[in-house]
Amino acid sequence: MSSTFVQSAPNPAPHGVAQSRGLFDREILREALKASIRKMDPRIQVRNPVMFVVLIGSIITLVEAFAHPGTFTWSITVWLFLTVLFANFAEAMAEGRGKAQADTLRKMRSETEARRVTSDGVEELVPAALLSKGDLVICEANDVIPSDGEIIEGIASVDESAITGESAPVIRESGGDRSAVTGGTKVLSDRIVVRITAERGQTFIDRMISLVEGANRQKTPNEIALTILLAVLTIVFIPVVVTLQPFALFSGAHVSVVVLVALLVCLIPTTIGALLSAIGIAGMDRLVQRNVLAMSGRAVEAAGDVQTLLLDKTGTITLGNRMAAGFFPVAGCSEESVADIAQLASLADETPEGRSVVVLAKESFGIRERQLEPSHVFVPFTATTRMSGLDMGQRQIRKGAAESVKRWVSEQGGVIPPDLDAIVERVSRAGSTPLAVADGAQILGIIELKDVVKQGIKGKFEEMRRMGIRTVMITGDNPLTAAAIAQEAGVDDFLAEATPEAKMALIKQEQEGGKLVAMTGDGTNDAPALAQADVGVAMNTGTTAAKEAGNMVDLDSNPTKLIDIVEIGKQLLITRGSLTTFSIANDIAKYFAIIPALFVSTYPQLGALNIMRLHSPQSAVLSAVIFNALVIVALIPLALRGVRFRAADSAAILRRNVLIYGVGGVIIPFAFIKLIDLVLVSLHAY
Amino acid sequence: MSFLLTLVALIVALGVTWRYLGSYMASVFEGRVHFLHRIERPIYRLLATSPEQEQTWKRYASALIIFSAVSLLFTYTILRLQGSLPLNPQHFGSVGSALSFNTSASYVTNTNWQNYGGETTMSYFSQMGALTVQQFVTPAVGIAVAIVVVRGFSRRNSQTVGNFWVDITRCLLYILLPAAFLFGIIFVAQGAVQTLAGTVSFHDALNNVTQTMARGPIAFMEAIKQLGTNGGGFNNANSATTLENPTGLTNFLSIYLLLAIPVALTYTFGKMVGSIRHGVALLSVMALLFGVWVGFTSFAEHQNNPAVAAAGIHSTVGNTEGKEVRFGDTSSALFAVASTSTSTGSADASYDSFTPLGGLGLLTGMMIGEVSPGGTGSGLYTLLIYAILAVFIGGLMIGRTPEYLGKKIQAREVKLAGLGALVMPITVLIVTALAVSLAAGRAGPLNAGPHGFSEILYGLTSQGNNNGSAFAGLTGNTPFYNIIGAIDMLLGRFAIMIPVLALGGALAEKNVVPESLGTFRTDNGMFVGLTIGVNLIIGGLTFFPAISLGPIVEQLSHARFF
Repeated sequence: MSSTFVQSAPNPAPHGVAQSRGLFDREILREALKASIRKMDPRIQVRNPVMFVVLIGSIITLVEAFAHPGTFTWSITVWLFLTVLFANFAEAMAEGRGKAQADTLRKMRSETEARRVTSDGVEELVPAALLSKGDLVICEANDVIPSDGEIIEGIASVDESAITGESAPVIRESGGDRSAVTGGTKVLSDRIVVRITAERGQTFIDRMISLVEGANRQKTPNEIALTILLAVLTIVFIPVVVTLQPFALFSGAHVSVVVLVALLVCLIPTTIGALLSAIGIAGMDRLVQRNVLAMSGRAVEAAGDVQTLLLDKTGTITLGNRMAAGFFPVAGCSEESVADIAQLASLADETPEGRSVVVLAKESFGIRERQLEPSHVFVPFTATTRMSGLDMGQRQIRKGAAESVKRWVSEQGGVIPPDLDAIVERVSRAGSTPLAVADGAQILGIIELKDVVKQGIKGKFEEMRRMGIRTVMITGDNPLTAAAIAQEAGVDDFLAEATPEAKMALIKQEQEGGKLVAMTGDGTNDAPALAQADVGVAMNTGTTAAKEAGNMVDLDSNPTKLIDIVEIGKQLLITRGSLTTFSIANDIAKYFAIIPALFVSTYPQLGALNIMRLHSPQSAVLSAVIFNALVIVALIPLALRGVRFRAADSAAILRRNVLIYGVGGVIIPFAFIKLIDLVLVSLHAY
Repeated sequence: MSFLLTLVALIVALGVTWRYLGSYMASVFEGRVHFLHRIERPIYRLLATSPEQEQTWKRYASALIIFSAVSLLFTYTILRLQGSLPLNPQHFGSVGSALSFNTSASYVTNTNWQNYGGETTMSYFSQMGALTVQQFVTPAVGIAVAIVVVRGFSRRNSQTVGNFWVDITRCLLYILLPAAFLFGIIFVAQGAVQTLAGTVSFHDALNNVTQTMARGPIAFMEAIKQLGTNGGGFNNANSATTLENPTGLTNFLSIYLLLAIPVALTYTFGKMVGSIRHGVALLSVMALLFGVWVGFTSFAEHQNNPAVAAAGIHSTVGNTEGKEVRFGDTSSALFAVASTSTSTGSADASYDSFTPLGGLGLLTGMMIGEVSPGGTGSGLYTLLIYAILAVFIGGLMIGRTPEYLGKKIQAREVKLAGLGALVMPITVLIVTALAVSLAAGRAGPLNAGPHGFSEILYGLTSQGNNNGSAFAGLTGNTPFYNIIGAIDMLLGRFAIMIPVLALGGALAEKNVVPESLGTFRTDNGMFVGLTIGVNLIIGGLTFFPAISLGPIVEQLSHARFF
């Protein structure tokens, strides 16, 4: 039940499904240990060619260990099995975090009864599980909405905290873009009739569960390509190792099968092979942590490739509300008098815009906020008058759209100041909204309401530009206003007076040039564009149509998150690439450990290649194998967290990663293999 | 000093060639060169094709396979029927079946591995009609395959990759035939032999014996032998003889010619894809690798042979055993590296007599896949395979689906490039393992121990890479080595060409992603470094165990490494 969930959740708002757990939550750790044993099943292992080869290898050494028992053979065998186990553990850890989230979600999948309305209008109680698409159900206060649907009648406040973590209730009403409801959320007041829009097992929560669990996780295109590369690097080393035996025999040496298997395991890219799927799962998980649900891994990966971001102005680039930024008197009035009257007009106006007028007057001229008296009557804003104000007995004070105020003043026989239009024009040109202020029949001046660009957003766009991503602002404003805001915010381009068709055309045009496009949207009329975009992020507050058209849903409905999504997509690929490089680079040190060990008895001269001065051939081979296994465990946190991503141009990112994972990958194993060898010797193992 | 002068002259000559031959070749393959259209047109009519009839990569590959299979059969038949064919003044009989198979496979794959002594086995007809013909057409085939990959990058949304018959016709008419004719004249002028008059006998009064000297149509064969990175000479002793390589100038020209086309193709690449910088990047990869290999090998040859030094004999002029005194130690090393880093395999010295480290330099030049600068065409396409793998790994590291010249490198491209990179090491390792395991194979090498292993490994690496240079010491003309070598050569050529053609087809089909600041740069030093890294790591990791049992042990047996 959702109510139980909300209470029992250890840390309710603002996390929602993304109950963030530590990287090594004890519960997850225990589950992962169990799962890593279960995953030893060859039928599961065969899906990962690299680790499957290790498993086969460890079985071969196991047979050898029984045939010719010895500490060395047994040690190698155990460490090879541990290598497979560690790989399983990495995957299980990544999955475990998703599983924990899925369990939380499952609790909310209501097993309530639904009040279904039959075709002849009779109400009947049926289990929610039996509802099918098109059924009508009634929900009243304290009812849990049984399944996803659309309100066809009524209005209600709904508690969606179970999904979004946002404790404030939201209003849902029939018609328009706020008609979608999600199964598992709870009606707090009023009564609605909902038409069910999802089949059983296909609801939003069902999809969320399977997503975070990674149940039907499919490999993404880059992951497939990388798997092929790893398979190539595995296949090539099999003949390298197998042919070594005839080469050795020709040279009068004999190499034990156990050592050959050890060499093979050390050479194939086990590090990345073991961590590859964990990286993918963890990438999805990181999105969930930020309350974004990706419908496919493909979309996450595409996010990393995005070259054009379409961003809605309101809420993304600017704060949702406009703020008073200045007072402009007409000839014959003072700025202070405009501020004074404007503040009076706004005293009772509780909208953020109204409050900002009061505050600005106080800050600019020290005009203290006056108390409303009972005789004062607030005149609220309506769509027809497009003004609001205060009636103080006979005195009428108004502020509103310039045209409306002009008409209102003219009706009272007032004179329109000749310089008013020029001021209006100037303010509009700067991208702001002019509000005229009138005291009775006299117009005093203009309040400039300005779209306030979010703090720090300009820096974000700067980063985007350095990453080679073009940002396009989408707005309904006229081109003049749009241009001014675009310049202030530092976006590369803007689409003014945007219609859904214009948006769609823009996306198609970008895509024809080979670019990948990402956008956010929430309305039904956004749906086609969301579907067309390579990455379409639907706001959770949006309509069902929008959510179905997009390939991601943002539970927080915060359009700025698109930028985070791009970074997560990139981080996913970078982590894979870096660990692949590291894995391959490690081979050099392993060769210098194993090759001299293999042949030093036949050709003592080859001892010169033992540049690490490892104690004995056996300790050398074992050290390499132990290093190979332990490095997987050591890199699990990196795989789960992702390689740190910093916005920079490609050359800088590449230089950094090549240095750390390439050059570092060559050097680090030399040190650690030597260290393990020293430990083995000090333990008198050899 | 003269070595340095040679190097400078070589760099200048190759620089000019890179710019102008490269640009010219782009014009040829883009169909802008027509001066021989009176010959060109009838050829297309004869082949029932035309430049307008473009082929998909599959049709292109089928045409290539059919053409090569016919070439193989044609060459084999001539060798088998040699005794009944004209132009046979020495009355050589038919060439044995295993040797004919090996030799025809060798020439059809641009390898020119020779399990025979040319002047004591082949009639003039065989030399000219069978072997030299292949020396002309196989470089054309190699260049055509490289051009297909280049078109993969330069075209977008295209199903077709060109027309095989048109490409090789143009390559022969406008590039190989004129150049070989020109340089053939120079070789003749310098004193290389060109005659059909048969052997000549003379009395050596000093030793009081009668000697027979083999002659033949050598000079023109010599030009295409080097220019087409073929390497198969008329005489057994190859470019070490004065008949093939009479002067210092011809020796210099030999080195220049075998590097010319592989180097110039990087300019062709840059020009056709619309970014010379990208061509320069590939050229830098080739030049850096080549430079290091020349440095390493000439340094090794400039030292005393460790085995000789161990016997207490010290030379002041480097390791001169097996070298022509005309050319000396470092210049011979330069020739040898140029010959083994391309797929030529010609020789002006005995590679078997190189120091273990010098031999290692030659061996590893082949083991990294012959990309520095590699064979005619094959050098460029093999390098592009490694470049694609480097782009894939590097691209991931910057967080984008990797792309090269705007073409996304995805599963299909990685698979094909991976396949192309896998074939050679796997083939070479397996055939070498067979050779060292079977009695017939173990009978081959002249020496025992690590040097014997080096001889087998060298022979099969040379054939698997279509190089054709020999370490000597290996008795190759046995049924076992003839057959296993032929298989090695055929796989090393065609099992790489087919995935490479598929790669060209896959790339041509793709649209181009516009470049941005977030794109992985493929025309700068980082890319050059990554490509070299991938190339050395794949080559190094696959062959390290094998070379540690051969040249490395040999070197360590006598001396410290450095």
